[in-house]
Amino acid sequence: MTNSPQTPGVVAERLQATVLAENFADLHPPLDAHEAQVAADRCYFCHDAPCMEACPTDIDIPLFIRQIMTGTPEAAAKTILDQNILGGMCARVCPTETLCEEVCVREVAEGEPVQIGRLQRYATDTLMGANVHPFKRAEPTGKRVAVVGAGPAGLAAAHRLAMYGHDVVIHDAKPKPGGLNEYGIASYKTVENFAAREVDWLMQIGGITMETGKTLGEDITLDGLASDFDAVFLGIGLGNTNALGIDGEDLSGVVDAVKFIADLRQTDDLTDLPVGRNVVVIGGGMTAIDAAVQSKLLGAENVTLVYRRSQDKMPASEYEQQLAQSKGVHIIPGVAPVSLKGEGHVAAIELAYTDENAKPTGETFTLPADQVFKAIGQAFEEVAGLDTDGRKIKVTDAGRTSRDGVWAGGDCTAGEDLTVVAVAEGRDAAEDIHASLMG
Amino acid sequence: MADLTTDFIGIKSPNPFWLASAPPTDKEYNVRRAFEAGWGGVVWKTLGEEGPPVVNVNGPRYGAIYGADRRLLGLNNIELITDRPLQTNLDEIKRVKADYPDRAVVVSLMVPLDEDAWRKILDRVGETGADGVELNFGCPHGMAERGMGSAVGQVPEYVGRITEWVKKHSDLPCIVKLTPNISDIRQPALAAKQGGADAVSMINTINSITSVNLDAMCPEPMIDGLGTHGGYCGPAVKPIAMNMVAEVARWEETAGMPISAIGGISTWRDAAEFMALGAGNAQVCTAAMTYGFRIVKEMCSGLSQWMDEKGYSKTSDFIGMATPRVTDWQHLNLDYVTKAEIDQDLCISCGRCFAACEDTSHQAIAMSDDRVFTVKDDECVACNLCVNVCPVEGCITMRRLSPGEKDLRTGMIIPAEDDKRTWLEHPNNPDGDPLTCISRGQ
Repeated sequence: MTNSPQTPGVVAERLQATVLAENFADLHPPLDAHEAQVAADRCYFCHDAPCMEACPTDIDIPLFIRQIMTGTPEAAAKTILDQNILGGMCARVCPTETLCEEVCVREVAEGEPVQIGRLQRYATDTLMGANVHPFKRAEPTGKRVAVVGAGPAGLAAAHRLAMYGHDVVIHDAKPKPGGLNEYGIASYKTVENFAAREVDWLMQIGGITMETGKTLGEDITLDGLASDFDAVFLGIGLGNTNALGIDGEDLSGVVDAVKFIADLRQTDDLTDLPVGRNVVVIGGGMTAIDAAVQSKLLGAENVTLVYRRSQDKMPASEYEQQLAQSKGVHIIPGVAPVSLKGEGHVAAIELAYTDENAKPTGETFTLPADQVFKAIGQAFEEVAGLDTDGRKIKVTDAGRTSRDGVWAGGDCTAGEDLTVVAVAEGRDAAEDIHASLMG
Repeated sequence: MADLTTDFIGIKSPNPFWLASAPPTDKEYNVRRAFEAGWGGVVWKTLGEEGPPVVNVNGPRYGAIYGADRRLLGLNNIELITDRPLQTNLDEIKRVKADYPDRAVVVSLMVPLDEDAWRKILDRVGETGADGVELNFGCPHGMAERGMGSAVGQVPEYVGRITEWVKKHSDLPCIVKLTPNISDIRQPALAAKQGGADAVSMINTINSITSVNLDAMCPEPMIDGLGTHGGYCGPAVKPIAMNMVAEVARWEETAGMPISAIGGISTWRDAAEFMALGAGNAQVCTAAMTYGFRIVKEMCSGLSQWMDEKGYSKTSDFIGMATPRVTDWQHLNLDYVTKAEIDQDLCISCGRCFAACEDTSHQAIAMSDDRVFTVKDDECVACNLCVNVCPVEGCITMRRLSPGEKDLRTGMIIPAEDDKRTWLEHPNNPDGDPLTCISRGQ
């Protein structure tokens, strides 16, 4: 090994392969059967359980936990997947600490919630590990539905539609299906190629054709899909990222955090992946945390996450913030980037302290930075012919857009940009499409 | 510091915790370890008559019931009496007793329904220096098929007859161990008393099947594809055992007869409860088999601390104190009215009280949109189910209505505290005396 965390510049192999493998192992190792029993036993089987209310997909959490407790994790998985076909991924990536587990009565009472996410993973892993697909496709209806985007919303919609007997074609611009599950989530949350395995498992329903490398507006058009299919569902996510709009943004070494995360997810060899010695991440959401933590895990000596508001306003959950800090990420809240400095390649970042309105106060300081990740949000790309609500595709009811026969869901529509929300929207749109087609 | 020494029918021990006749007391090796750990006494595992020793199965002898985290709640066994030669046991008993003169060593016995058989074994036990004998009329499996154990205990006449033989042929204190596999525990207890027994011990194990293997379609423990009922013990049987102890302790025919309590005693508190109901000491098996002999240290320290806190200087200060408070339903005060109260500061809003009351009881708990749970006094019958299902200790309590208060469910004005009415004075009692019945104008 030639490099270390102290090696200047943006270089690969700062850490040995064995250390990297350890760093990028499963963040929460799966529960074994006994651990699952013990964890399940803590559930009080609440009446009208708050956890269930907090779940965007309305999973009957007390029921599935009881099914685990009684030794039937397969039945538990069915309970989960009935509501959320990507229950396996959601078990890994849901910010449970701000959803089900936040309102768990045991969290309220003891500060220690039932481990709902890990139990959900135990159940879904058990079923998927046995390669059981507990859903059956209905008799073909002869109706054809186009889905654009093979992310969580599109996959959830496609599965539900296929289950009802419709023929579904999913189009996705990327070479692999999965959307952000495949390209946008930290490696240690979805190890062992889980996103791809989940898509393969989901496709077992039958009746779904996957067309990758098809970009809307280039290879396919909304008009074309609308005329070729009985209905269209758009789960196209957010194609762009927001720009900083400051000097030096075009220096090399200044990249989108989503690009860095995607590269990390797609690499076959972590020792090939270069990372800076002094990394600065701009932003306060999950993407910022994921980029910062993974930079540190790759061996960056100093990783600083800068956020323009106070730390309690960070969109990333407290748990995520603590995770980052425990890995050695330095979080500086209340600062905004002013400029990026360097000759061709970024060398430093100038930051200004902000006031309570997140406006720069004028007092600045500079941090060395040979790699800067921008994580200040993704931006919506308009789709010709569809009304927007100002920011995203405008939808009413279960994802109906302004154009008849076209539905939308996931990050390209309003609502929280979470996998689990996308699944719920895709599922509900599919129900509405089905009702419309068969009505 | 409380004095834990006990004198049970003349048998002294430094504390009231004895190991019950069972696998932990089958050998000198185990018993020495038990005494080193601090046990007050042992009842040596049951000896049978001279001859070829009994044989045990060579597959599993135990079945189990678990709570959360595999906490052992109940154990079932199909092990028989000692399967070691009689003389070996007798030699070991003699050596152990000689080395531990301050500990109680009682020998459990089970021989056929034959006076000569009992005489012979009593002669042999008498030579060991043991402090007493316990007659095993309880084991419900195996030996019962051969006319011993619970086959004797279920027939009071046999219990009495054998006890008479034992008292006739031995001067040793005699404890008769009763089987719970009988509809009225008082009858064999009375028979034992009439036969001259110095004490009874109860309960032996309960007939049971702990589990069924649903793949093999066979009860467990499974011996080559077949299973049989075994004897159930452990924490799960404690409530059954306590009732039986209380029944014998409070029945006028048997009251005052010394009782050695057995049945799921796992902690000092369990022992204290049995003793409060009238037991003179406590025998333990499953807890020791689960955790080892060291638990006796907690039992001694716990009992001692509690006695100090309560001001009891010796065990006899509190033995039987709760017995007079065990009564029949008909003597309960029907004018004692309580209502559940939910402490909103402690409530974690799980809603279990609501589900239990709404689905299975009296629809006496209201649930608001923001998950606040409140008791409807006009519906609450004070059943206590909400208290029992609430996961937070002390969150739901029962408040007694004061004299003069109105029970909103029945409209009754609570009478003065000394103005009690039981079923015997209740106007709805068809067997009641109309002249003495008390109506509260409901």
